[in-house]
Amino acid sequence: MTTAERYVTAAYCVVFALVLVYVVIIALKLQRLEREVAALESKREGPADDG
Amino acid sequence: MGRTYRISLPGLATSSLVLVTLALALIFFVAPTDADQGFSQRIFYFHVSIAFTAYLCFGVGAWKALVHLWKRDPNADLESYVAIHQGVIFGSLVLLTGSIWAKISWGHWWLWSENQLVLFLVLFLFYAAYFMLRFSVEPGPQRANLSAVYALFGVILIPISFLAIRLAQHFIHPIVFTRDGPQFGGWILATYIVSQLAILVLAYTLYRLELSGKWLDLRLRELRATAA
Repeated sequence: MTTAERYVTAAYCVVFALVLVYVVIIALKLQRLEREVAALESKREGPADDG
Repeated sequence: MGRTYRISLPGLATSSLVLVTLALALIFFVAPTDADQGFSQRIFYFHVSIAFTAYLCFGVGAWKALVHLWKRDPNADLESYVAIHQGVIFGSLVLLTGSIWAKISWGHWWLWSENQLVLFLVLFLFYAAYFMLRFSVEPGPQRANLSAVYALFGVILIPISFLAIRLAQHFIHPIVFTRDGPQFGGWILATYIVSQLAILVLAYTLYRLELSGKWLDLRLRELRATAA
């Protein structure tokens, strides 16, 4: 692998690593938020179902 | 709160994946090696596409800020914030890929004498400071208004940053887009167009993904407020 090839590979790897890290962070946050919203909504609907 | 879109998020994510894969195949297996710069020129396809996307994200952020101030659209403030966040992410990618390209081509990671580089850094830091302003004010109309005004001021830097290289007396940063159009054709142009499209679709997918998280966060706050 030449120096130019190494640098080009590094540039594309940096792009994908950063995008991947961003997507993972947002996906984990979305999962947590969805869980919390679902829990609160079921709690809110709970008393109505009982009554 | 929130908007409905014609294209679903999974549909957008699939399109991004297909387009990015196609762009990479064209970059590494089809596009010819540049006679002047050699293999290192292949960074150009993503570097330039990401740079235009960053400008567009900052532009959209400023447009949404204007919509917020003008029409008091409740979604516009969040959309402006998310667009600027995307702009900062893509801006950091421009600086990183640009530095790597500069190291191969010029032998330096960074050159302070290059107006194009310094002005892009100023634009990037200006919008990075947007978050410091936004999170130093309590959530509410005042924060939304201050953020919108700041986002609008930053838009002035976009044409300055873009035109800097054309106004410079001496430069080593290459110019590929002139008044006569792009200074390349054939497979290089085709590869660039596919790469630009791929990065734009990817940016829009990430924008929608982050925005859906923000709306969910708002919904959670509403539920907590009613539960309390």
